[in-house]
Amino acid sequence: MLNTQPHPQPEPVPFVQPKTEQINSGLDHRHLLGLSDYSSREIELILETARQFRDVLNRPIKRVPTLRGVTVVNLFFEASTRTRISFELAEKRLSADTVNFSASGSSVSKGESLKDTAQNIEAMKIDMVVLRHQSPGASHFLTQCVDSIVINAGDGAHEHPTQALLDMLTLSDHFDVFKGLNVSIIGDITHSRVARSNIHGLLTLGANVTICGPRPLIPIELDRISSKGSLRVTHSLESALEGCDVAMALRIQMERQGQNLFPSVREYHTQFGIQMDHLNRYKDLIVMHPGPVNRGVELASEVVDHERAVILNQVTNGVAVRMAVLYLLSGQNSTE
Amino acid sequence: MSCQKIVNLIFMEPNDVIKAQLMTARDLERTLQRMARQIVEMFDLDETRSGSFGLIGMQSRGVFIASRLEKIIQTITGSAVPLGILDATMYRDDFRMRLKQPVVRETKIDFDIDGRDLVLVDDVLFTGRTTRAGLDALTDLGRPASVHFLVIVDRGLRELPIKADFVGRKIPTLPGEEVRVRIAEMDDQEGVWLVEHPTTPTT
Repeated sequence: MLNTQPHPQPEPVPFVQPKTEQINSGLDHRHLLGLSDYSSREIELILETARQFRDVLNRPIKRVPTLRGVTVVNLFFEASTRTRISFELAEKRLSADTVNFSASGSSVSKGESLKDTAQNIEAMKIDMVVLRHQSPGASHFLTQCVDSIVINAGDGAHEHPTQALLDMLTLSDHFDVFKGLNVSIIGDITHSRVARSNIHGLLTLGANVTICGPRPLIPIELDRISSKGSLRVTHSLESALEGCDVAMALRIQMERQGQNLFPSVREYHTQFGIQMDHLNRYKDLIVMHPGPVNRGVELASEVVDHERAVILNQVTNGVAVRMAVLYLLSGQNSTE
Repeated sequence: MSCQKIVNLIFMEPNDVIKAQLMTARDLERTLQRMARQIVEMFDLDETRSGSFGLIGMQSRGVFIASRLEKIIQTITGSAVPLGILDATMYRDDFRMRLKQPVVRETKIDFDIDGRDLVLVDDVLFTGRTTRAGLDALTDLGRPASVHFLVIVDRGLRELPIKADFVGRKIPTLPGEEVRVRIAEMDDQEGVWLVEHPTTPTT
């Protein structure tokens, strides 16, 4: 007898959204003014993107067409070698059009204000501004006078987020996780935008941060920041290096020597300078420095050239991090 | 699973409304078997070809599809095939039309692509723009002898003159519809679905 039953139809399998597509969103911010309000997800996204761009830098053709047609202005009101060249290279590697501006030799010397300068440049149809300025909050101020996306390349003693990001990328090359990592930042914390950005970023990622320096160079507002995580202050270099994974030495700003913040450069070196002896005693200690280094002040000259000093890796990572930041922020155009 | 449960699941995910399941996990496996054999035949693959042939999976699902194909080819020919990963995000052309930048993923090709016959692998062929970006990305990495293109689903609606050399299924679709290929390694489920998702940006 013929079977008249229809063939059983396979039940359609229900369909679920994969988790991977939910985390694919970009940054929550339109600008990069500092790391104080960036979430750990955003920082991790920048670092992960930077790792991919770093691979581009190792190829025979070190250029991708990603930012074709985007115009970036590098507004530098303060002297800078590394940051400026690094940003410029990052922009070129991404095929963006770049314009460089430095305060000397511009209308600023004729008395034009930051606002007027920026608005005039923006009137020439630009998309992004990279700003280095001597006043804290200058980049935030700029976001209120121009429509372009603003990247802070250092504003006074406030923040220098891309430097902290490249420090964190360098750290991630040596350590698997930030959680529980012991980082000591040694030197002039008060006047250091690098230290501020690093403290914010590292605490957000769950690292333990130790601040070390002469009393007059440690800011008083630290307890406000420390609510974010584990922040310790010490005035002894030994105590800062004991059990520490990474020592970040900061540049002593020689131009501030007239302010009598510490007795002498030589005394600073004996008290807070990292010597070969430290590297010999702490076998796993990694030394970082944002540059430019005063040899024989923050770091003994042999320490600078030691294999556990990763200062030049930091510089290499700088280009990759800035490419990542430019790439991720350039998508935030359509907010208006 | 009861119909009600399925309906619940559909409505729990408000963005995607399933119109049909196009391929089951078994269909997908058979299609991969067929395409692997086509590749072996077309490129005359054997142990001598490992220096002049390569499979390149495009991020993200193409990577897993290429790795499946590689395993099947290896069981057929008995020799491994060089396998690479390509991410074309940096070469996309829809950069100013997006609210958020797509995540840049890893590109990892451990062999020199110069002079090789390559098969570029992706899940869905739609406008052809991702493929164009992939070809540009490859060009920056070297000069392959030839590039062929393999997709699981060709859904039509091309915006560029691009065609696939190996096609799992040709399924004509409408704008506003999306084809979702799901691979067990990445999605915890496997198969191909046709869904309605009017707000999804085109890929």
